[in-house]
Amino acid sequence: MTESIAYHLTKDDQYRGREIEKAMTREAWSTTLVELAESRPEIVVLSADLMKATLASRFSDRFPDRSFNVGVAEQDLVGVAAGLALTGKIPVVATFAVFLLMRACEQVRTDVCYPKLNVKLIGTAGGFSFGLGGVTHATTEDLSIARTLPNMTVLAPADYAETCQAMRAAIDHPGPVYLRVGRSAEPVIYHSGCPFQIGRANVLRPGEDVSLLACGSMVFEALQAADILAGQGLTARVVDMHTLKPLDTSAVLSAAAESRAILTIEEHTVIGGLGSAVAETLAEAGVSVRFKRLGMADAFATEGNADYLRQVYGLHGEGIAREALALLEAT
Amino acid sequence: MSSQADSDVDPQVVRGLALKANDLRRELVTMFGMAGGGHYGGSLSAAEIIAVLYFDVLRLRPQEPDWPARDRFILSKGHAAPALYAALCDRGFFPRQVLNHFEEPGNPLTMHPNMRKVPGVDASTGSMGHGLPIGVGMCLGARLDGLDFRTYVLMGDGETQEGSVWEAVMCAAHYRLDNLVAIVDRNCLSCDGVIADLQRQEGFAARWEAFGWTVREVDGHSVGDLARALRSAPYQPGRPSVLIAHTVKGKGISFMENAPGYHRANISPEQTQRALAEVAAQRKALR
Repeated sequence: MTESIAYHLTKDDQYRGREIEKAMTREAWSTTLVELAESRPEIVVLSADLMKATLASRFSDRFPDRSFNVGVAEQDLVGVAAGLALTGKIPVVATFAVFLLMRACEQVRTDVCYPKLNVKLIGTAGGFSFGLGGVTHATTEDLSIARTLPNMTVLAPADYAETCQAMRAAIDHPGPVYLRVGRSAEPVIYHSGCPFQIGRANVLRPGEDVSLLACGSMVFEALQAADILAGQGLTARVVDMHTLKPLDTSAVLSAAAESRAILTIEEHTVIGGLGSAVAETLAEAGVSVRFKRLGMADAFATEGNADYLRQVYGLHGEGIAREALALLEAT
Repeated sequence: MSSQADSDVDPQVVRGLALKANDLRRELVTMFGMAGGGHYGGSLSAAEIIAVLYFDVLRLRPQEPDWPARDRFILSKGHAAPALYAALCDRGFFPRQVLNHFEEPGNPLTMHPNMRKVPGVDASTGSMGHGLPIGVGMCLGARLDGLDFRTYVLMGDGETQEGSVWEAVMCAAHYRLDNLVAIVDRNCLSCDGVIADLQRQEGFAARWEAFGWTVREVDGHSVGDLARALRSAPYQPGRPSVLIAHTVKGKGISFMENAPGYHRANISPEQTQRALAEVAAQRKALR
């Protein structure tokens, strides 16, 4: 039986009308980076006219000489970061995920991943988090793009504390890392200093009826779903799959062995992201289990803020619980 | 950073560099011949530029390829790799044996250079428009470390149609990177033919000036003029420098010169022999 770890979010928070603590993951990475950079002069930060929007400004305010704003020029942004890495720096590049991995996709692949340079890519406004910005500014394709790139490590932490830990791990990990963060404040799940190891999923709740494998902002929704299911006498295992690559395949396979069904949940297209990675693992291991990918369908999101979009696409506690029940009842 | 005044290059040095350029031509024609074909045009046009860099300008330690204070060279037009390989081999970065297996499966010397496989290669290139942004990053890194090395980036003129080049041109000027030297191999031809027929590049030098660079133009096959121009960079403190080297695509092989079909071509063993004979005759004339 897989052991679950302790976390900050309590049942009281969720059910007794208490305000759930929230914090911005886009603040977590930069605040942590400033701490690290005090003793690590090789850390530098770059952005493309989104220093403020990504909150990279936390760093640039403190270390102006180690911050480079290249203007609205994402190809240059990533190429310059590669050049800095080639002189021994650890460049941390921050801009909206959609621009970073799509406008500069070839630079990320050829200039950073091919020579395996020590560049950290922070994609903000991942998923629906910049919902009102619309399709041009939010992204539901970044994780699958990042996952296909050789030498790339792909992280999608769940909340503020875990993003802090992910940032630390990214700096300590040699080679390219893509770190996806959100935009708005998200519920706090973890204690500060929570366990975090690249490639090792966190089991937050034990359960044997269904396993909810989630990443990023969907971890909180999965916890909500687990509570709803508990009200119906079903136990749901909740696993925080914060690393999409390398995937914790043993966490996936134990979930398959120890529960009756698996649901993956991601604020991302169901093509190529967490759901695909889990499906590949199950299929190649020859495991047969009831399985469904929850996420954005093969479509662009409609107009609305993050909460609205999560409701529309069923990516919230009730929606996930409903899908879990349907999966368990399917014949 | 001090700017060396223009001075005449010693005639013996000029002759030596011309011989090195001739060596590079022989080597690259031989390599392409063994591989059955290659990017003749743009490699031949860059022979003098690469010879002057590797045998006169660049501060290098072949026994210590990763020496932090070395000058950097980025072959942004990565398809001219054989000219670079020949120069690196001559400088002692790797044994001749390696050169003899260009483009053979499993050999590190591939069509486009891989910095992780070939000692002395400072950046993996091949895709157009990537070199200059990387060069800007290297120059910023040098400044942060207080190192006085220079970064030289060689581009094709067709390559400067990439928008990413102009993003980096803007950025280098903004950061006043006088440790950056761009060189454009201005041979006026690209893959599909005459550049002016594809997309015109009016006011080529003026474009760089308008972005805040200092510009020099030179005969890209005159090793003396190239050495003089490259030794005297930066052309103005606080500004990046670009040297527009006017060249002939396919230079040195009569049937390839200015012939659009030789951007990349497969030639017969007989044509290779004819090309090598022309290169040998040019060498004789230098003696």
